[in-house]
Amino acid sequence: MGLIRDNRRGGTVHPVIRTILQRLGLGLVTLFVVSLILFSSVEFLPGDFGEAVLGQAALPETVAAFRKELGLDLPLHERYFEWLGGILTGDMGNSFSGRGSSGGSDRSRPVIELLAPRLANTLFLASMAAIISVPLALFLGITAALYRNSIYDRTVNALTLTTISFPEFFVAYLLILGLSSFTKIFPSLANISPDALFWDRVYLTALPALTLTLVIVAHMMRMTRAAIINLMASPYIEMADLKGASKSEIILRHALPNAWAPIVTVIAFNLAYLVVGVVVVEVVFVYPGVGQLMVDAVTTRDVPVVQGCAMIFAATYILLNLFADIISIITNPRLLHPR
Amino acid sequence: MNDNDKEDIIPSEAAELADQGYSAAGEVGVIKSRRTFTQNVWRGLKTAPPTAVFGLIVISIYVVFAVFAPLLAPFGEAEIFSMSYAPWSDEFMFGTDQLGRDVLSRLIYGARNTVGIAFVTTLFAFTIGGGLGITAAINNNGWLDNLLSRSVDVLMAIPSLIFALILLSMFGANTLNLIIIIAVLDSTRVFRIARAVSLNVVVMDYVEAARLRGEKMFWILYREILPNIMPPLVAEFGLRFCFVFLTIAALSFLGVGIQPPTADWGSMVRETAGLIQFAEYDFTAAMTPMLPAAAIALLTVAVNFVVDWFLHKSSGLKD
Amino acid sequence: MDIKDLEKAAKEGKLDRRDFIKRAAALGLAAPFATSLLSQSVHAATPKRGGKFIMGTGHGSTTDSLDPATHENGFMQNVVYTYANHLFEVDNEGGVIPELAESYEASTDAKTWVIKLRKGVEFHNGKEMTAEDVISSMNHHRGEDSKSAAKSLLVAVVEMKKTGTHEVTFKLNDGNADFPYILSDYHFAIMPDFKGAADWQAGFGTGGYIIDRFEPGVRATFKRNPNYFKSDRAHFDEIETIALVDTTSRQNAIMNREVHAINRVDPKTVHLLGRNPSLSILEVTGTLHYTFPMRVTMAPFDNYDLRMAVKLSVDREALVQKILLGHGALGNDHPISATQANHNSDMPQRAFDPDKAKYHLKKAGMEGATLDLSTSEAAFSGAVDAALLIKDSASKAGLNINVVREPKDGYWANVWNKKAWCACYWGGRPTVDWMFTSAYLADGNWTDTDWRTGPAADKFNKLALAARSELDSEKRRAMYYEAQEIVSDDGGALIPMFANNIHAVSKEIGHPEKLAGNWEFDGNKNAERWWFV
Repeated sequence: MGLIRDNRRGGTVHPVIRTILQRLGLGLVTLFVVSLILFSSVEFLPGDFGEAVLGQAALPETVAAFRKELGLDLPLHERYFEWLGGILTGDMGNSFSGRGSSGGSDRSRPVIELLAPRLANTLFLASMAAIISVPLALFLGITAALYRNSIYDRTVNALTLTTISFPEFFVAYLLILGLSSFTKIFPSLANISPDALFWDRVYLTALPALTLTLVIVAHMMRMTRAAIINLMASPYIEMADLKGASKSEIILRHALPNAWAPIVTVIAFNLAYLVVGVVVVEVVFVYPGVGQLMVDAVTTRDVPVVQGCAMIFAATYILLNLFADIISIITNPRLLHPR
Repeated sequence: MNDNDKEDIIPSEAAELADQGYSAAGEVGVIKSRRTFTQNVWRGLKTAPPTAVFGLIVISIYVVFAVFAPLLAPFGEAEIFSMSYAPWSDEFMFGTDQLGRDVLSRLIYGARNTVGIAFVTTLFAFTIGGGLGITAAINNNGWLDNLLSRSVDVLMAIPSLIFALILLSMFGANTLNLIIIIAVLDSTRVFRIARAVSLNVVVMDYVEAARLRGEKMFWILYREILPNIMPPLVAEFGLRFCFVFLTIAALSFLGVGIQPPTADWGSMVRETAGLIQFAEYDFTAAMTPMLPAAAIALLTVAVNFVVDWFLHKSSGLKD
Repeated sequence: MDIKDLEKAAKEGKLDRRDFIKRAAALGLAAPFATSLLSQSVHAATPKRGGKFIMGTGHGSTTDSLDPATHENGFMQNVVYTYANHLFEVDNEGGVIPELAESYEASTDAKTWVIKLRKGVEFHNGKEMTAEDVISSMNHHRGEDSKSAAKSLLVAVVEMKKTGTHEVTFKLNDGNADFPYILSDYHFAIMPDFKGAADWQAGFGTGGYIIDRFEPGVRATFKRNPNYFKSDRAHFDEIETIALVDTTSRQNAIMNREVHAINRVDPKTVHLLGRNPSLSILEVTGTLHYTFPMRVTMAPFDNYDLRMAVKLSVDREALVQKILLGHGALGNDHPISATQANHNSDMPQRAFDPDKAKYHLKKAGMEGATLDLSTSEAAFSGAVDAALLIKDSASKAGLNINVVREPKDGYWANVWNKKAWCACYWGGRPTVDWMFTSAYLADGNWTDTDWRTGPAADKFNKLALAARSELDSEKRRAMYYEAQEIVSDDGGALIPMFANNIHAVSKEIGHPEKLAGNWEFDGNKNAERWWFV
C-alpha cells in the first residue's frame, strides 16, 4: 500500500530505492577516495618495492632497475591515472612481484589471479563465522534482555566479555590447546588447498571460525540487549505490558522491531570485520585469506595488490553499511516517510 | 544550562529556612532542593546490584594501582635481574620475564600505562565520534550529514589495523601518535552508532519542537538528544575501551606498539603467549600470559558491569 | 655429566658429533668407542624410500616468486634447493663439492675456472642440461638491468664462455680461491635455457623433486623426480613445505604431529618443546650472528674510543643467556664463527669491563653522553630485548642508551644503513672472504658500518684482498687472523653473539649424523638428505 501511495504522491521512485541508488553512487565516490588515499599513503611510506622485496640485500642499482621496470620513476599522478584507467575497464593490473628479473612485464602475475582464490577463502571463513555467531548473538542478546539482571544474564555477559577481552591470537592458542592438542578434535592448521572438498573445508576452518565467533559475539550480543532494554521504558511497551502481553511477546513483537536499527548497524560492522580484519587469525591458522595478502603487499609496497585488496574491502564495507541503513529505514516508518 | 541553575538551592540553605519556622519559601525550597552529588552517589550505591558493586571495587583497585604504581610495585618497571624466567617465589611473586624483570611489578606499571592510554583514547574517540554523529543526525541528509557520513565511510572502508600501521609508520610510533591515530580510527565506529541511534531520536516531536523554538544546534544536541541516546553509547564505551587494549596488542604484534621498556598488558600477552601451548609440561609457565590477559578481562568485565547498571538505571525500568 | 647424560644429549641432538667425541674423551673414553656409542644413539643410518614429508618453515610471503634472482627468505631457499641444483654444493662438513659440475680446474692465480658439467642430467621437462643452460642461468644475475639480489657476487666475473657442450669457462678480474663456494649460492640455480634467457617461470629444475603446486606465502608441494641423477638421494615420495610464520603455530603444528619438521624453534621454550616424546631437537651451530653496526662516518661513532667504550660496556654473557637462553656462542666483534675454517681462535674473548669502558669514554670526552639505539623485531627475534639488555649493562659503565623501537615494516630500507646505530643480523657466509666481501670491504655494497677509510680500514682491505687469491693456506690463515683482529678492534660492528639454528624434527625422520651448518634444515637440502626411518 505504502508503495502505491508513495508513487502516486511523489511521482518518483520509492524512497528506499532512491536511497539505494544514491548510496551506490556515493559508494563509487567512496571507492575512488579510498583508492586515492591508499595510493598516496603507500607512496608516502619510505622505501619502495625494490628496496622492500630485496630487504637487506638491496643495492642501489638493483633498486633502480626495479623502479625503472615497474614505472616507479614516473610521476605519482601518471601512475595513479594509469591504474584508474585499468580499473575502469575491469583490469586490476599486475602485481609487482613475480616478474622476471630480466624478462618483460608480460610474465607477471595479474592481481585478480592472486586475489580471487584468497577472496573465496576469506568469504568462506567469514560466512562460517557469521552463520554461527549472528544467530548466537541475537539469541543470547534477546534472552539476556528477557531475563535481565538474572544470574543467566550476568553469566552470559561475563563470559562473552572475557572472550572479547582476550587478544585474538590468544583465544586462538587457547582453542588449539583445548580442541587440538589435548582432544585432537580439530586440526591446528587450516591450510586448505584449492581443491579441498566442501566438508573438508568446513572441518579445517572450524577452529578459525570458532575463534572469530568468540571474538565478535560479545559485541553484537551486548548491543542487542542494550537496544531492547533501551526501549523497555517506552510508553507503548508499558501499554503492552498493561494489556497483559507476556514478557517474551513484548520483547519479540513490540521491542525488537524498533530495536533493529542499532542491532543491524553492529551486525554490519562485525560482518565487515570478518571479511576485513582477520589478519591475525589467518596468520595463526595459516589460512590463505586476503588479509595476509594485503599486509604482505603493504610491507613490500606492492601498490597494485594493495589497491586491489583495498577495493574489495571497501566494497564490502559499503554494501554492508548500505544494507544496515536500508534495514534502519524500513523498520522506522518515520524515516520511511519523511515529512 | 540555565534551567539547572534555577533549581540549585543548596540544601543547607533550605534547612536554615526550615529552622526559622514555616514559610512558603522554605517549603518550596525543601521540595525543590536536590540531593548533592555525594548523596546521590551513596543512594545509588546502596541500591546497586552486587555485580555493579563488584565492578566499582575492581575499577577502584585498578585506579589505585595506576596512581600509586611506583609505591606499590616491589621493583622498577625496567629493572633487570640476573635470573630470567625465574619461577614463582617469595621474592618474585609471579616470577620474572624473559629478561629477568619482575612480572608483578610490570603488571602494576601496566595498569598505569595501559589503562591510562586506553581511557584517554576512548574518551577522545567518543568526543569526536559522538559529537559528529549527533550533528550528522540532526542534519539528516543535509550536506553536513552527507559530508561527514561519506568521510566516515571512506575511513571505515580502509582496514583499520593496516591503516593504523601505515599511519604510524608514516608519523612515527610514539605514544601521542598512537593515541590520536587509534582515537580517530575508532571514532568512525562511534560516529556510526551515534548517528544511527540519534536518527531515531531526531524525528521525535520534542526535538522538532526545540528546533521550531529556534534553539541552537549545540543546545539541541546536548539537552534533547544526548540524554536519550546515552544508553547505547555508554554500552559502546564499555566495549570500545577494551578494544583499545586489543588494538595496541595487535599493533605491537606488527612491531609498532608502545615504546619499550614501558610495560603494557597487550604486549605482555603477546610476548609470552607461546608458553600456553606447553600447559601439559609446565603449568605455571603456561599461566604467565594468563596474568596480563586476566588483568584485561577482569577490567573489561568490571567496566561493563557498571555500564549495565547504568543502562538499567537510565532505562527507567523498575525491576 | 656422565656417559648416560651424554648419550641422552646426543639423542636429543644437543651435541654434534665433534662435541660428543670431545666430551666423551674428557670422560676417559677412547674415540673409537665414543663413535660406536654415538651410532647406536642416533637414528639408524640406512635411508629408506617413500612417504610424504611435511615441513613447516618460519618464512614465506605472498610476494614470493619462483625467480631465483629475487629469493630472499628461507622458504624460497628451501624450495630452490628442493627442485633445482647448482654447480656446486656445500656438504654436511662445510666443504664444497661439485653438484651439476663434474670436475673443475683453476689456474694458479685463481682467475680462470674451467668447469666440466655432468652429462646426461635432465631437467623436469626432459631437456638435457648443457653449457647453454648454465650460461643463461648465470647471465640471469648479471648485466646492466639485472634486478638480482646476487648481482654483486658475480661482479668479478668478466667473461663466461662455453668451451664445450658440457664445459663452461669463467674468467675473473681478481683471483678468488673460494669461487666454487660462490657458485653454490642458492640464487645460482641452474634453469633451462629458452631462447637465450633462463626460463624460471615453469619451475623446471634438475632437482630430486618436481614442483607440483606453488602457492606463494602458503605452501609448495613436490613429487619425486624418477630421473634424478643422484641415486643415493631424495628418499621421500612427496614433499610439502608450509609457511608457518607464527612461532606458536609452528610449534603447535609439530606437537600435534601435523608436520614432521620445523625450523626456528624459540630458544625461550625449547626446553619445554624437548619434553614432547614424539620429537627431537636438532641444534646446529652455524654462522648466523646478531650485530649492532655503528656507522663510523656518523658522529659520535667516528670516535675510536667511543666505539671501544660501547664494545666493552656490553654484557655478552647476559645476552647469550637471556636472548638465546644459552643456545649460541659469544661473539668477538668480528663476523667469523668458531665453526668456520680460518676463525681466529688466538684472540682473547672481549668481556664486559665497565672500568675500561669508562676509561675509553673519558678519553673520548663523552662521559654521560646519551646514544640512540634503533631496534626492531625485524632485525632478529629478541632484538628489542637485546637492546634493553645493552642499555642496562651500559648504564653501569656510565653510558646512557636510549632504545628506539622502529616499525618492523620497512626496517631494512629506512633504519638499517641509515641510522647511526641499529640492530641487524647476518646469516653468515661459508667462507671468510665471502663474509668480508658482503659486509666489511671498502667497496662492499652492504658495508653497514661504513668502515671504508682510515689507516686501520686500509690495512684490513689490503689483507683481505691479498688473502682472497692466496692459494697457500698457511699464509692465507695468517692474513685472515690479522684481518679479524683489525675488524674487532677498529671496526664499527658490535657483534656480541652467534645464534644456533634450532629445529624440532619428528622421531619418524632419519637424517645424517651431522647437519650442514650453512643454512637451516640441513643446508636447506633436507628434502633430499632426510628419510623416514
